[in-house]
Parts: sequence; C-alpha cells; structure tokens
Amino acid sequence: MQAKKRYLILFSAGACLILLLYFGGMQTALSRSNNRRDDRSLDGHHGSPQWHHFSGSLQPFSPWDQMETEEYNVHISPRQKRDVISGVYNGKRCRMDSCFDFSLCKTNGFKVYVYPQQKGEKMSESYQNILSSIEASRFYTSDPGQACLFVLSLDTLDRDILSPQYVHNLRTKVQNLHLWNNGKNHLIFNLYSGTWPDYTEDLGFDFGQAMLAKASIGTENFRPNFDVSIPLFGKDHRSAGEERGYLKHNSIPPYRKYMLVFKGKRYLTGIGSDTRNALYHVHNSEDVVLLTTCKHGKDWQKHKDARCDLDNAEYDKHDYREMLHNSTFCLVPRGRRLGSFRFLEALQAACVPVILSNGWEMPFSEIIHWNTAAVIGDERLLLQIPSTVRSIHQDNILSLRQQTQFLWEAYFSSVERIVLTTLEIIHDRVLQHAARSNLMWNSLPGGLYSLPQYSSYLGDFPFHYAKLGESCHDLQIDLKCASKFIHVDGHEFGSPGITTGVYRKVLF
Amino acid sequence: MVRLSMCSSGKYSLRGPALIPRMKTKHRIYYITLFSVVLLGLIATGMFQFWPHSIESTADWSLDRRSMHDAPLIQLPVSNPIPERGDLSCRMHTCFDVYRCGYNPKNRIKVYIYPLQRFVDEGGVPISSTGLSREYNDLLSTISDSEFYTDDVTRACLFVPSIDVLNQNSLRIRETAQALAMLPRWDKGMNHLLFNMLPGGPPDYNTALDVPRDRALLAGGGFSTWTYRQGYDVSIPVYSPLSADVELPERHHHRPQRFTLPRRYFILSSQTAIHREYRAELERLKEENGEALLLLDKCSNLSQGVASARKRCYKGQVFDYPQILQESSFCVVLRGARLGQATLSDVLQAGCVPIILADSYILPFSEVLDWKRASVVIPEEKLPEMYTILKSIPHRQVEEMQRQACWFWDAYFSSMKAIGMTTLQIINDRIYPYAARTYEQWNNPPVVKWSSVNSPLFLPLIPPRSPGFTAVVLTYDRIESLFRVITEISKVPSLAKLLVVWNNQNKSPPEDSLWPKIAAPLKVVRTKENKLSNRFFPYDEIETEAVLAIDDDIIMLTSDELQFGYEVRERIPYRLVGYPGRLHLWDHEMGKWKYESEWTNEVSMVLTGAAFYHKYFNYLYTYKMPGDIKNWVDAHMNCEDIAINFLVANITGKAPIKVTPRKKFKCPECTAIDGLSLDQTHMVERSECINKFASVFGTMPLKVVEHRADPVLYKDDFPEKLKSFPNIGSL
Repeated sequence: MQAKKRYLILFSAGACLILLLYFGGMQTALSRSNNRRDDRSLDGHHGSPQWHHFSGSLQPFSPWDQMETEEYNVHISPRQKRDVISGVYNGKRCRMDSCFDFSLCKTNGFKVYVYPQQKGEKMSESYQNILSSIEASRFYTSDPGQACLFVLSLDTLDRDILSPQYVHNLRTKVQNLHLWNNGKNHLIFNLYSGTWPDYTEDLGFDFGQAMLAKASIGTENFRPNFDVSIPLFGKDHRSAGEERGYLKHNSIPPYRKYMLVFKGKRYLTGIGSDTRNALYHVHNSEDVVLLTTCKHGKDWQKHKDARCDLDNAEYDKHDYREMLHNSTFCLVPRGRRLGSFRFLEALQAACVPVILSNGWEMPFSEIIHWNTAAVIGDERLLLQIPSTVRSIHQDNILSLRQQTQFLWEAYFSSVERIVLTTLEIIHDRVLQHAARSNLMWNSLPGGLYSLPQYSSYLGDFPFHYAKLGESCHDLQIDLKCASKFIHVDGHEFGSPGITTGVYRKVLF
Repeated sequence: MVRLSMCSSGKYSLRGPALIPRMKTKHRIYYITLFSVVLLGLIATGMFQFWPHSIESTADWSLDRRSMHDAPLIQLPVSNPIPERGDLSCRMHTCFDVYRCGYNPKNRIKVYIYPLQRFVDEGGVPISSTGLSREYNDLLSTISDSEFYTDDVTRACLFVPSIDVLNQNSLRIRETAQALAMLPRWDKGMNHLLFNMLPGGPPDYNTALDVPRDRALLAGGGFSTWTYRQGYDVSIPVYSPLSADVELPERHHHRPQRFTLPRRYFILSSQTAIHREYRAELERLKEENGEALLLLDKCSNLSQGVASARKRCYKGQVFDYPQILQESSFCVVLRGARLGQATLSDVLQAGCVPIILADSYILPFSEVLDWKRASVVIPEEKLPEMYTILKSIPHRQVEEMQRQACWFWDAYFSSMKAIGMTTLQIINDRIYPYAARTYEQWNNPPVVKWSSVNSPLFLPLIPPRSPGFTAVVLTYDRIESLFRVITEISKVPSLAKLLVVWNNQNKSPPEDSLWPKIAAPLKVVRTKENKLSNRFFPYDEIETEAVLAIDDDIIMLTSDELQFGYEVRERIPYRLVGYPGRLHLWDHEMGKWKYESEWTNEVSMVLTGAAFYHKYFNYLYTYKMPGDIKNWVDAHMNCEDIAINFLVANITGKAPIKVTPRKKFKCPECTAIDGLSLDQTHMVERSECINKFASVFGTMPLKVVEHRADPVLYKDDFPEKLKSFPNIGSL
C-alpha cells in the first residue's frame, strides 16, 4: 500500500516535471520566433514586417482650426447650390434631391394619380392588376392637382421588342401627355427590358426624370433611393390579397430531402450562360440536384453539346414542384436577365433561395435585409456553393426559412402587395424623418402594417416589444430587468407579483 | 501556477489528507523538497514568461521611433504613371477580386498592410505635408493587432497602403496617386482600401477623395449620394480628436430612469463654421422659441493658453465643449464646406440626438446602421421648420434615440480602432454574406441585446391539419403504472406515436406481447445511462412538432384533458403548455429565489411530468443548454423540468401556460412514503435549482402569468354532451 502511494506521488511529481519542461520548451520556441521577427524588422523592410506602432511625435491628421474652415462662407449661398444640383444630376444620376419635387406632396400628403386609360391602347393583365391595386389603395386620387406621384396608363411592363405585349411608339405617346413634365414625380413599372442577344436595361423610350420600379435591375443602372427594384412575377400571380406560404410547420432537424436543387434551362451560348453551363460540376445527384435542359428555342439542336442528351434525360425524370418543396435550399441563378420567376417560387415554397446573379439589385433592397432570408452567392464562386450552404447552422436554416415566409406573405404574395410595398417605400422617402425604421420592415408583421401617420416609434407597436427588450426599458417591472438592477440600485423589485400587467400586452 | 495547484490538489483529494502524517519523516522531507523544486521551477517559468514581454515592448518602442525616420525614401519620377480616376460603376462583382479571399471556415478576410515608405518627388519634397498622421498610425496599428491581419502578402485579400490620405488638404494629389501606383501589388487598385476623412478642397469641395485611385475601395467620410458607390465604398465618420481627450460623465446606460433627467435646452447648435445664411435662419428660430434653443459660436476673447477647441460662447457667456452638448436633447449637425462633420461624433458621444442637415449625405456606416433610430434627418430646405418637426417626436422616442446615439458612438465612433474595425467588418460581411452580422447585432445596444428575445422560432405557424403529437414517457421500472399511463394516453385522439424512454440499464423492458395493445405506434428506446436528460433528447423517432413529456406515474389525466392541452399548444406553438403549475418567488429575508408549489394566483413554470412543447426545445436542451446545467441536473437527478422552463422562457421571453384546473398529481399509492420531511428537503433542493440556474443564465428568465386555459364551456351549466371536453374539471 505504502509503495503504491509512493509511486503515485512520484508519478504525479514526474507529470509536473514533464509539464514544466513542456512549458519551458514552448517558451523558448516562442521567444525564438519573437527574436526572428525582431531580426527581420531590424534589417529594414525586407520581407514583410508587421506594422509598427509608432508613438509620440506624430501630427494629428487635421488640426482643429483647419477642420472647421471659414472659407466656405465666402462661397455661393447654399440655396443657390441646391438649385444647381437639380440641374446637374438628372437622367442616370437622378436622386430624390435632384429629380423629385417634394412640394407636390406637401399639401395633400402622398397621393397617387393614375392617368385615365385611353381607348384602343392594349394593356396586359399584369399592368391592369397594378393599376387597379393603386386605384384601390388609400393613396389613390383621381385629381391630378392633388397628386404627388403619377402613374402612366400606358403599359410599360414588357419592353422586349420581340414580345407581343410590346407597346409601340411609346416615346411620342409619353411626350404628348400634358402632365408629363419630363417625367418628374412619375413612376414607371417595368418587368422586361432589352432583347436578344444583349438584353440591355434600356426601356426604348426617354423616361426623363421618372422613377423606375423595375425587375431585374442591375446595380450599375440602379439609382439608389430613387428607383425601386421589384421582383419578376408571372401573369398568373395573384392579383390582390395575401397568399400564404407553403411552410406549415417547423421540422427539427430542419434538413429536407435535398440540400440544394435547381431545375431549368441551360443556355448554351450568350449572356447568362456561364453559370448555368457550369452547374453540372456541383451536381452530385444525391442531395445536390441541379438539372438543366438544352431544349428551348427553335434551333437548340444547332448549339447542342456533348452533355445535352444526358442532361435532358435526367431533367425529365424529376418533377420541379417535388424538388422545390423538398429542398432546404434552392438555387436561383440569373437567366438571360438578372431576375427570374424562380426567386418568388422558392420564397413561397420556404426553400431558402441561393442567389447567383452578380450585380442584381435585390427586390426592395432599400428596405429588406436579404441576408436574413436568402444566401447571396457569387457566380464566380459557384464551386464553393455546396460547402457554403452546408456550413450554415441548423438554427440559421430555421430562421432563414421562416423569414422567407414572412417576406413572401408581407411583400410579395400578390401584385397588390408588390405595388403597395413599392408605394410605401416612396412614401417613406417623402416622409423623411417620420419614415419606418428597418426593424419594422424586417420583422413581423411588416412595414405595411405600421402606419407612419400613427407613429414611427418602435415602442408604440406591441409586435416589437420582445425584440427590443421593451418591457425592460419601458415598463420597468419586468423581472429580467428587475433582477439586473438589483445590484445597481441596492434594493429589489424582485417580487414577481408586480409583473402581471406586462403579459397582457405581450401575450401572443 | 494554476497547473501546479491542480497537480497537488488532485493528489490530496485523491488520497485524503491523512496521507502525509502516515509517511516516514525521511520520505516526507524527500517529497517536500521534490515538490518545492518543481514549484520553484514553475514559478521561474512563469516569471520568464512575463519578463521578456515587457523588455521586448520597450525595445519595440524605441525601435519604432527610429524606423519611422529610417523608412526607406522613395523618389517618384515625374513621368511615373498616374492611376485612372475612380470608376463610378465599380461594384464588388466587377472591381474586386474575390478569389484572393478564398473560402475559409472562419469566414474572415485577410488584410495586409504595406510597410512604411516615405515618398518624395524628384526635388526631394515629400508628397504629404503631415506624413504619417497619429490617427492613421492608430488605424494601421489596430488592423495589425486584429484577427484580420496577415503579414503574408500572398495570402492577403485586402491591401491597405501605409500612405496616409486621411486629409486631402495635406496631400499633393498627383504625386500621391503616383505613389499609390508604385505599390508592388497595386494592380489597378484591385482589392486596395484607402481611408479618407476629409475629401475635396476649395473651392467646390468634392465629396470623395480627389486622388486618382483606379479601382481601389474608398472608406470615405463625407460621401454624397453621387460619389458613393453603394455596396462598394464604405462611408465612415470624420474622427473627432476630442473623443480621445474628453471623458464625459456617465449619463446613460444601465439605468433607464436616468434618461428622464431633464436636459436644459431643446436644440443646441455648436458648430463654428456655419454658413451665414444658415446662421441667420438659426437665429430667427431662436427669436421665435427663446430659451429652448442655444446657439453657440467661437469665442473671440479667450485668454491665452485655453484650447479654443474646448470652448464655445454665446454673447460673452463661455461654455465648455463638448460637455455642453449633454445639456441638450437635440444637436444640430449642419453641413459645412464638406458633408461629413466631426461634430457628429461629439454630439453622439454626449448622447444628444443629432439633427442632420446635409442633403445627399451618406451617413457613416449607413450600410449597417439604422440611423432612423438614432438621428433626425431634415432637408436643409426645411431648416426653418426644424423646431416644429422635432416637437412632434414623442418624448419616449427621443430618449430611445439618445440611448441609441450613445451606443453608436461607443461601438463605432469612439476611436480610430472602432472606425477601422467597423469598416473591415462591413467589407468582411460583403464577402461572406451568409456569415454576416445581423441587423440586431449591429444596431441593438448591449442593454437591448441582453434583454430582448430573438427566438429562431418566430413565425406563428398554425398547421391546418394537425399531425398530432408524440408522447414521450420516461420510465425506470414501474411497469404497472407505466402500462396504465400508456393505456390512458392511447385514448387521446391526436396521439401520433408513443415513445417509451427506458432508463433502466439493469433490466430489459417487458416482452412485446406484454405491452398494452394500442392503435398508435409504440416504440421503446433503451438508454445507455440512467440520466434525466434522456427525456429531452431529440430522438429521430419524434416526427411531430408537438411533444408530450409525461411521467410514468401520471395516471389521472383524462384523455379530454390531454387533447385539450394539445390543442392549446397548437395555437401557441412556442410555449410550454402543461398541467402541474409552479411558481418562483423572491425571498426578501434570504435574498434569494424560492420554489413554491402552494396553490397561488400565479404560475411561472409548468412541470414536465405532464407538458406539451415544441421538439425544438429538445434540441436546445440537449445541445444548447447554457453552462453546466445539463450535467448538474443529471448529477443531482432532479430539476430537469425547472431547467427546461428556464430554457424556454429565456428564448421566447414568455411564460408557460397552465391548462385545466387540475392541481393534484400524486398518485394515491405514492403519498404514503414519509410525506412531510421528504417534501421539505424536496422544496429546498428545488429552490437551490432555481438559484443555481438563475446564476448560470445570469438573469431570471422565468415569467409569471396569472391566467390559465380552460375549455370554453367547462364551468357552464350545460348538457355534457354538447361540450367538446366534458371530462375536465376535477382537481
């Protein structure tokens, strides 16, 4: 027994000694590496020395008296400067400051006028829906004298020359409108622009200082806080009301049958073909299923490549809907244009969109934080996409998925929703300081339900209490806070008896 | 040192303190010496570890001072190429080489800083009048100390030149551009980041740095909407040097009550270089509204030696700046020659809500910060209406804006370090958007982050056709009672599956043929260890969202009661819905929490002896339980139900719901075992659990309710057969 103890002690002493040696060794290694670094910096700037922390003797970047310069006073009056701005920054450089006349909204608030429809003008069903949504909204006025915003009754949705919906002679028709005023305070809706082969974002007529509410808009052409990027929607998109998303319950763990899916056309040549032609590299036919078909257009056989037959065969084996509803992520690559129908389809199906469309200004980007509902990928990094989506944590998948449903229902589920959201965004710009905060737009129940006329203060809306810890700041009787302030105040309001009022407010 | 104590204490606790006296003296001395040697050795190592660092750092210091003047002198030939002017159409996908950043598990970009060089023209005149400024040195030091830094130029994703362009006024534009182009990795400015706070120069003061810079990213103070390339450039604040010198007395934080301290002025204007037209308008406002406004200007007759930057005057009255800013609710930040004003930083620091009057100005870090919650932006044109606009903002909102302003300053404005790190984080978020910081992380001050709830389950989903629930029965060996429970549960219409968690490793569950025959599938899971947490494991067998946790002795619940509880949970899917209700109370005498099982008017916990909840909480309990709570529960074989109440309340911020009036859950045969004394130790243990969990959570997450859910007609005098849940009501 004694011997056993002794061995044990000897052993532990030995262990400590080894530990000591180990630390000692590490220490020397460390100091050696330190020395090496010092050596390197000593012999000047060969190699790549670390940045030095210079101290003392340095001047400030701007002496105080220089920062607040007086010269400004002698220059032109700011009032004149403001007038100059509107002359200089127009067309592609339009902003609210330079191309929008706020004074029209002053007396009657934010009112929208729709031009009367002219006989003999053809109009697509989608545009009809847009106009009737506006006419049914609380912003509508039939009196152009009261209006702050004007919407054309000429169908501008489809500006693809090859399309049957294309309206000809738009340029002259627009110029003849007596309220046109070079497009000032006008809003123009557009879904398609440009045509084969280059699909430019040109609308084919001079829209002057009008704002665009446009699908597939690129960041280069997008005029921030002036244009509105809208999603591409089909002609059978629900016209009004709200359509629920497909998510019915939250499964735990959140993974579905497929991790990532795509089913769509493969462009063999031309703009937008690069990414779709490379998809097969990522396809693994198990949980990453990316299917393409070459069959589209009249002469696809001409451009057909070696993989086409194989791809087409596999393409026909899978059902798009089945894939959409059973996948955690859905790939949304650009088509010929930057946006695609697939985006809204994935959103509704609670399939988290993985966007591969470089330079696409995301729909309603001014107010929606897309990182909370989608994965914004980079076409250049296509091969990393599988590892990227796999690295996303389960909890994040859960919340991404629910956010898709919230955004879908709040802003995208019908033409009316899309139009109202567009108008509310512009309304917020007109309201300026009284606009909704980003939090209101991005959390339940969404911006359309918080009327800024009522209040723009978050604390006035019970839906946000939990997110703001509002009960703490405001009601001060919440236990969670109370227990925190015990230390600060030196007295307790720990008794839970006083908390009752709170819960009626935040019950559901 | 820590290691040593671990070593020795490990030994003693292993063999007990009686060891040493029993040893022979000779041995004892031997061992004591041995240990002292080891001890001394470790102390020496420790000392060694600390000493050299301080020596090194002093060495570094002097070395640095030398090396600034030793920085190699580079002469720029006049004919050197000049980069192109910045391309306004640049975006991350066109002008930024993302391949350099690569894929890495940390999702963090690598930033390289060029070594310091001093550039001069052919005549030997330096390209900048200040050279390296104090602020830029701070900024570069911050980056080099941060996790973003790499000294390996080949692995870098972002390059930061050591050429200081913070202030355009001190630069020679053409030569600076040539110097940039000479950088070894310049490559048309690709992936290069320039920091500039004071752009433009007289007479028209451009809003972006005038130095031609190819495709380089610009972190600029004072962008206008026309020069700012959204999603490419970063708008940064103009650093206020006062921030470093002045510490304002704490006025905010921690105690919301303090916000209500009245501020003497409503609007304050402290800038000294306001255009005379605007000053005239401000004075007109002052005439109309009197004392509520304070218009300060430069002091004309200050005695020598007083820093003029720190004083402001109004009609001969002298005020300390920036302290005076704390006395006002709103502070004017009016554009000067430039859009970006250092005053903004001072104003935020003082917790004064900035009134931004600078048309087309891109506010600092506007890509991530929600300025609507911290400032009031008013068009310059509306300056005369300023007073009316501000008066329309409710008082509570102003207080919250003040708090928000303080937080923005603390986190993003207070130092060059804060500014630099925020800039890099923003760029990092663009390159790894799926790992980006959230709106809440950027915008919620710690007080809010701490008290708010952000549950990953936030969407109120109500399934149209419900898939039913899975009952999970935890059992050890009470077979008879277990079978009765199973039989009772099987009568509940919405039961989808029954899962028995067999926690007894010494005994096999009964044969299949002995189990009660029920319609729903029944599955037995055998566990490896007898642990309470097994009841909350997210078994794959649980295919429904709703889980019913039930003990193997809860035989008194009727199928109506269970079905009703299930339907309640369907409507409020993210709460605990259960039958036995309990309460926590604050014991004023003892100064701690107390567990209460008496019949009270309130409930803050429902016990999982019988409770419905979402399967997600199983997952959280198993993998995300804070601290050592899970192990503690398993070790003590108690309080798993309290733990899950804490967990759910903490994540949802909501109280549980007690259903049905039933209050008695003890089976008749259990009451016999020595009632009272067991009961009391039980209560003490449970109270300990609450105190322990509250300390691990750092707060008391439990919420109290004073209502419960009962079926609509349950107490009414009404024919039984017309009631949906007739068999409810017994205690």
